[in-house]
Amino acid sequence: MAKVIMTVDDSASIRQMIAFMLKNEGYEVIEAEDGVDALAKLEERSADLIITDLNMPNMNGIELIKNLRANDTYRFAPIMLLTTESQEEKKLEGKRAGATGWIVKPFNSDELLACIRKVLT
Amino acid sequence: MYQKSSYLIVDGRSYNFTISKFLVQVKTDIVAAEMENKKETKRKGRSQEDRNANVYRENVAIFQEEARERLNELEAVMLELESRPDDSDLVNRAFRAMHTIKGSGAMFGFDDIVSFTHDIESIYDLVREGQIEMTPELIALTLQAHDQIHKMLGNQDAETEAENSIREALSRAFQSFLFVGAAEEQTVEPTAAESTQFEEPNETRTYRIRFFPATDLFADGTNPIILLNELKEMGDCQITANTEKIPDLDEIDPESCYTSWDAILTTRHPLNFIEDVFIFVDDSSDVTIEMIESDHAFETVAFDKKIGEILVERGDINEKDLEGFLKNQEPIGEKLAAAGIASVPQIQSALAEQKALRQLKESKEQRDTLSSIRVPSDKLDKLVDLVGELVTGQARLTQIANTSDNISLVSIAEEIERLTAELRDNTMSVRMLNFDTTFNKFKRLVRDLSHELNREVILKTVGGDTELDKKVIEQLNDPLVHIIRNSLDHGIESVEDRMAMGKSKEGTIELSASYSGAHVLILVRDDGIGLDTDTIRSKAIERGLISADAKLTDHEIHFLIFEAGFTTAKTVTNVSGRGVGMDVVKKAIEALRGSVDIKSIKGEGTSITLKLPLTLAIIDGLLINVGSEHFVIPLSSVKECIELTPEDVAARHGRHLTNIRGKIIPYIRLREQYHIDGEAPEIEQIVITEIENQQIGFVVDHVIGQHQTVIKHLSEVYKKVELISGATIMADGTVALILDINKHLQYVEKESLEQV
Repeated sequence: MAKVIMTVDDSASIRQMIAFMLKNEGYEVIEAEDGVDALAKLEERSADLIITDLNMPNMNGIELIKNLRANDTYRFAPIMLLTTESQEEKKLEGKRAGATGWIVKPFNSDELLACIRKVLT
Repeated sequence: MYQKSSYLIVDGRSYNFTISKFLVQVKTDIVAAEMENKKETKRKGRSQEDRNANVYRENVAIFQEEARERLNELEAVMLELESRPDDSDLVNRAFRAMHTIKGSGAMFGFDDIVSFTHDIESIYDLVREGQIEMTPELIALTLQAHDQIHKMLGNQDAETEAENSIREALSRAFQSFLFVGAAEEQTVEPTAAESTQFEEPNETRTYRIRFFPATDLFADGTNPIILLNELKEMGDCQITANTEKIPDLDEIDPESCYTSWDAILTTRHPLNFIEDVFIFVDDSSDVTIEMIESDHAFETVAFDKKIGEILVERGDINEKDLEGFLKNQEPIGEKLAAAGIASVPQIQSALAEQKALRQLKESKEQRDTLSSIRVPSDKLDKLVDLVGELVTGQARLTQIANTSDNISLVSIAEEIERLTAELRDNTMSVRMLNFDTTFNKFKRLVRDLSHELNREVILKTVGGDTELDKKVIEQLNDPLVHIIRNSLDHGIESVEDRMAMGKSKEGTIELSASYSGAHVLILVRDDGIGLDTDTIRSKAIERGLISADAKLTDHEIHFLIFEAGFTTAKTVTNVSGRGVGMDVVKKAIEALRGSVDIKSIKGEGTSITLKLPLTLAIIDGLLINVGSEHFVIPLSSVKECIELTPEDVAARHGRHLTNIRGKIIPYIRLREQYHIDGEAPEIEQIVITEIENQQIGFVVDHVIGQHQTVIKHLSEVYKKVELISGATIMADGTVALILDINKHLQYVEKESLEQV
């Protein structure tokens, strides 16, 4: 069965770009536009991996990770953070909040898939 | 496509949209096509490539729409900020708008927008943190930037010089804000770029990778198996898991990672590829990667060929001709001297250096070729058993030879004795391991514990090359863990306390191993708070370990912490204080025929010394007899042998004490102790033994002499027999018991206490 990946980003273009890259590799993709939306959508359907942006309205990436880690289903689930290289500090904050790893923007399809293979069996 | 884009259309703008959308689309198509050409993705088929390009274009269009939307928002926010410059929510929105434009721009190749937006984003980040004030100037500038980004979005072709200069002027204006604020933030891009250039492909190297995951590894969703599999994919890889940290079932926390892994990887990938495997766990876990071999070494040998050799190999000249020619050739040193370029002493010195280097290289090569082999440890155990049998057999041979008059038999027996001793020592040395690996494990332990306890501790290790019998090393692990835990928990103070006491912020635990005769001393020393004799004393009285009026030296009081059930920790922590620990340490060390000592100065620290025999299987013993029974006393603890006359005994009024050079020493009469029949000779022998400055004598009939003792362990049935540590088979086939000096000492102390 195909693995399900959720991509959370308030930027539709990024979301769709990621979705496209992932679908090409045979993953199933759920899109969410912020943390609140992500949590709501995960109620309906579970994901094997969550890729989330940092800065989003309503609920940002860090808060989303904290929320997910408090949820039994996602306590040990891999969560990747999208960052830009200048956000070293955020990267650490994300790691502390429980992110499994991070993907630095900009990235291409190969880089994204390599990162995913690091955390998803 | 229109449908998809309409997704992003803001209400009220859709009317104008179709025309501008069309223009944008035309431009985007050109840009996207160009970018795809640059990329030249070869790995997928043509149709796939086309599809990719299509989707790419589609996404670029979406990005442009989205960015415009963000810009509109930014504009609105700026206008609102003019009236409410302190509204942090507005600043946040401005920041997010910039951030998204930048992040998405980078994804779709709008590099000029990215670099332009970067500075503005940084400024808003600082505004968010309150380091820069929101001023009308900044708002005006941002609005200008907004217009600029608008232009850049639609215009990805080369910009005119005029446009370029406007952009640069704007960038400079923003940067001036940055310099006013705290402007230390520098991107780390250049270093990242550098590190990728470190690649030296096509060289096979072998790395030793040690991965000690943080205990809470799983909490952030990391699966270590994936990382290990990634290593495996990189080349020839052997991974071993270290599972000794896994606690007992009732103590185990299933959500913690207790396992660590060692991998030996032979790969052509450069080092940074291996480092990348652990990139997400790097700051929480311990990962060390060391190169242990590269084929560089072999290359130098290959490059070292002389021209003559190469010519012979190629068949261009034959070996005979070459030899003949070389005979006539003068060494280069002589040539140089003859030509007056270098003086004779200079050349001699250079030759000496050359010789030394060659020797160094040869010895290194020898070491490399000999290296080591792996042997299953049970084979070694078997070998030790056989050597033990051989030693026993040899003892019988010697005994028979000594009673015969056959000179040649005696000389053969002596020869065999010498060889057996050598074989014994050699076999034992094979079983020896050095402490390095054990020490490394403790580095990890100290790191984790100091984390857990919030202390800052450095572990220093000395004498990692000290060797000890494999079995002893294995059994030392738990006691050392207990001691180190205790040092960390009770010994080293918190950072604040240390500062207050004028000590360095970091506590130090020193772990050292050294030889001392037939023993190895292991010392664990901390510079912590030291033992508090008063606390220990009152605790011991409370526990009934000593009487309230007992007069004890500080050293004796310190020793009380090794008593069963003794703990002074005020609160029971995870790390120590369960009331097991130090007494277990003492028992374990004694089971290894070792002993424990403790020294402590209040406020300055504590040191605990473990003294262990070099080997377990065969020891040098002193053979003695009482009546028809034989006993062995480990020679390492024998101090001296003296005579015990009936007068001495009489002078003590039946108490088992003797006076040796002014010192009163208790003794045990083995005849009484073990109910041996028969009369004692008139003058008995007393063997004085010493363990950790405490002495005890054993009264025996005769001291027979030194005896190579192959230790046979007593079966489980006798495990409650404390005073005997084992047995050995004698030359004539009879059995002698090995006395446990330590236990005898404790026994005497207990007896005398009960008598009091």
